Amino acid sequence: MKEIIRLEDIRRDFTVGDETVHALRGVTFTITEGEFVTVMGSSGSGKSTLLNILGCLDTPTSGDYYLDGVPVRTMDKNRRATLRNRKIGFVFQSYNLLPKTTAVENVELPLMYNPSCSARQRREKAVAALEAVGLGDRLMHKSNQMSGGQMQRVAIARALVNDPAVILADEATGNLDTRTSYEVLVLFQQLHAQGRTIIFVTHNPDIARYSSRNITLRDGRVTGDVRNHDILDAARTLASLPVEED
Amino acid sequence: MNLTNLFKIALKALGNNKFRGFLTMLGIIIGVAAVITMLAIGQGSKRSIQAQISEMGSNMIMIHPGGERRGGVRLSADDMETLKIEDLEDIGSQAGFVTYVSPAVNSSGQAIYGAHNTPTTVYGVNRDYLEIRRYRVEDGDVFSDRDIQTAAKVCLVGKSVVDELFPDGQNPIGKVIRFGSIPLRIVGVLESKGYNSMGMDQDDLIIAPYTTVQKRILAITHLQEIVCSALAEDYTEQAIEEITSILRDNHRLRPGDEDDFSIRSQQELSSMMTSTTDMMTVLLAAVAGISLLVGGIGIMNIMYVSVTERTREIGLRMSIGAKGRDILAQFLIESILISVTGGLIGVVLGIGAAFLVNILASYPIYIQPWSVILSFAVCTVTGVFFGWYPARKAAGLDPIEAIRYE
Ligand SMILES: Nc1ncnc2c1ncn2[C@@H]1O[C@H](COP(=O)(O)OP(=O)(O)O)[C@@H](O)[C@H]1O
Ligand SMILES: [Mg+2]
Repeated sequence: MKEIIRLEDIRRDFTVGDETVHALRGVTFTITEGEFVTVMGSSGSGKSTLLNILGCLDTPTSGDYYLDGVPVRTMDKNRRATLRNRKIGFVFQSYNLLPKTTAVENVELPLMYNPSCSARQRREKAVAALEAVGLGDRLMHKSNQMSGGQMQRVAIARALVNDPAVILADEATGNLDTRTSYEVLVLFQQLHAQGRTIIFVTHNPDIARYSSRNITLRDGRVTGDVRNHDILDAARTLASLPVEED
Repeated sequence: MNLTNLFKIALKALGNNKFRGFLTMLGIIIGVAAVITMLAIGQGSKRSIQAQISEMGSNMIMIHPGGERRGGVRLSADDMETLKIEDLEDIGSQAGFVTYVSPAVNSSGQAIYGAHNTPTTVYGVNRDYLEIRRYRVEDGDVFSDRDIQTAAKVCLVGKSVVDELFPDGQNPIGKVIRFGSIPLRIVGVLESKGYNSMGMDQDDLIIAPYTTVQKRILAITHLQEIVCSALAEDYTEQAIEEITSILRDNHRLRPGDEDDFSIRSQQELSSMMTSTTDMMTVLLAAVAGISLLVGGIGIMNIMYVSVTERTREIGLRMSIGAKGRDILAQFLIESILISVTGGLIGVVLGIGAAFLVNILASYPIYIQPWSVILSFAVCTVTGVFFGWYPARKAAGLDPIEAIRYE
C-alpha cells in the first residue's frame, strides 16, 4: 500500500514568555492510502498541533514529515500553501464557510487558487463534490440558509474538491447534535469506502469505533495505535437512533 | 498568481458589503469631483482672461508721460507733457521690435445726433491704432493719412455709440454728428468687441485723427499716450528696451536721470492676471486635494476594519492554499476597485458640477484633459497607498491563529 504520511520523531515546542511548552514530544507513525484514522486524546494533548503540522500549516521544531513522499519540513511558506492547495482537504469544527456565499462558490474556493483549473472545470468539480455529499439540490443555497449538518457537508465537499491525498478533520462533528454527527460520520465512511485517506481528530471515543485505526495522544506522545478490525457501520447506528420529534 | 480569480474574489467580497463599499467610495467621489470642478473653474477663468487680453492685443505697449508714480503722488504738470509727436516718429522709424505705433489723445464728452445724444469718449489716434487694439472696420473706411495732416473732421464710431445715436437703424455712414461743438462726419463703423475683462464696453467710443482731437477739441500739442505693438508678445521686453533708449535720447536724459515717461505692457498685465488665477487654481486644487486625501484615509480605515473582521476568512483562504501575496493582492484589488470606481463616479460628477456652475452661475469653465487623467491616477495611487498597510496586515496573518479568531 502507498504511504501517504510519514512522521519521524516530530517535536513541536512553543515558547510562551520564557517557558517552553512541549506540545509534541516525538511523534512517529505512518499512514497508508485508504486508512481512516481517528486521533484521540484529552484536551491539551497536542491533537490540534499535530493536525496543523500534518496540514502543512505549521512546521515541527524537529523531526521529518513526508506527505505523499514530499518532505515538508524544508519547504517555504509559499510552497506549503501550494501543497495544501493540491494535497490536503480541511474540515473544521466551525465549518468556516464564507458568509453570503452559495454552496457551490464555497466549494469552488480551493480551485480559485489553482491557476491550472479553468472556470468550467471548477464549476464541474464543485457540483460533483456537492453531489457526492448529497447536496446536489442545494447548489445555490447560501451558507446562512443552511443547517449545521448541511454546512458541514458543504465544508466536506470543499475538502474533496481538489481530490486531496488526505482529508484532515478537526472535531468535525463537535458542533453537531448526535443525529447529525452520525450523518456526517456516514459520509466519512462512504469516503473511506471510496478509498480516501482520512485523519479525524476527536475527543469522542465512540467515533473511534467507526474508523479503521485509532491513534491516542497523551502529553504530546503517542500512547496507543490500534487497528480496528471490527468497524461499526454508521448508517446502521443512525437508523437505530431514536427519531427525534421536532 | 491568477489575477482574474483574484479579481473575482475581490469583487465578490465587495459585493457582500455594497453599502459599506459605497460609503467608503463617497470620500473618493467627493474628493475627485471637487478636484475636477475646482480645476475647471480655475482654468476657466484663466482662459477667459487670457482670451480677453489677447483680444485687446497681447503685444500692446503703452507709454505714458511722467515717470513712475511713487506712493500715489503725481509728479508735476510739466512732466505730463513730455511725449511729443517726434517721439512717436522716432519709435516708428528706429525701434525694430515695434510694428505699429499710434499716438493717443482722448476727451470725454457728449456725442449728439439730432435729438439723440450719449456720453462717450473720443480717441485721437492714427491708423495703426486699429491694428494695435484689434479693432476692425465693419462698414465704411478708416480715415486717411491726409485726414490726419489736415485735422479733418471725420470719425469712426463704435457699435454702442451707433445704437444710441441711430436707434432707428439708419445707416450712420456719411452722417455728421457733433462731439461737443465739433461736427464730425462718420466715415466708418467698428466691428463690435463686447466687454473686456474689466467690464468695460469696448464699443462705446469714437475714433478720430489725433490731430483733430489735439487741435479742435483739446487744444494741446503734446500726446497723452503713445501705444504701440511689439513684433510679438515674446518680443515685448526688447521692444520696451528700444523704446526706453529712444525716448531717453529724445528727452536728453543723462545716465542716472529718472525716466520722464512710463511704459506698461499688456504682457505684464496678462502675466499678472494669469498668475493670480494660477494661484487661485492652486488653492482650489489644494483644498480639493485634501478632500481626496481624507477620502483615501477613509479607505484605509475601512480596509483595516475589514481585515480584522474577516480574519477567519483570511485564515480559511490561507489554509486552503492562498499564499500571502494572494491575500495581499485581494485586499489591494479591493481598495483599488473602491478608489477607481469612486474616481470614475467622481470624474463624472465633477464634470457635471462644472457644467452646472457654467450654466447656473454663467462662470467660465474649462475641463483640462490632464486634470481628469491626473485625478484618476491619484485615485488609483490612493487606493494602492492606503490599501497597502491593511493588505500587508492581512497577508501577514498566521493561518492557524486567524482561523480560530473569534
Ligand atoms: N500557539 C501556541 N502557543 C503556545 N502554546 C500552544 C500553542 N498552541 C498550542 N499550545 C499548547 O500546546 C499544547 C497542545 O495544544 P493543542 O494541540 O491545541 O491540544 P488539543 O488540540 O489536543 O487540545 C497545549 O498545552 C497548548 O497550550
Ligand atoms: Mg484542539
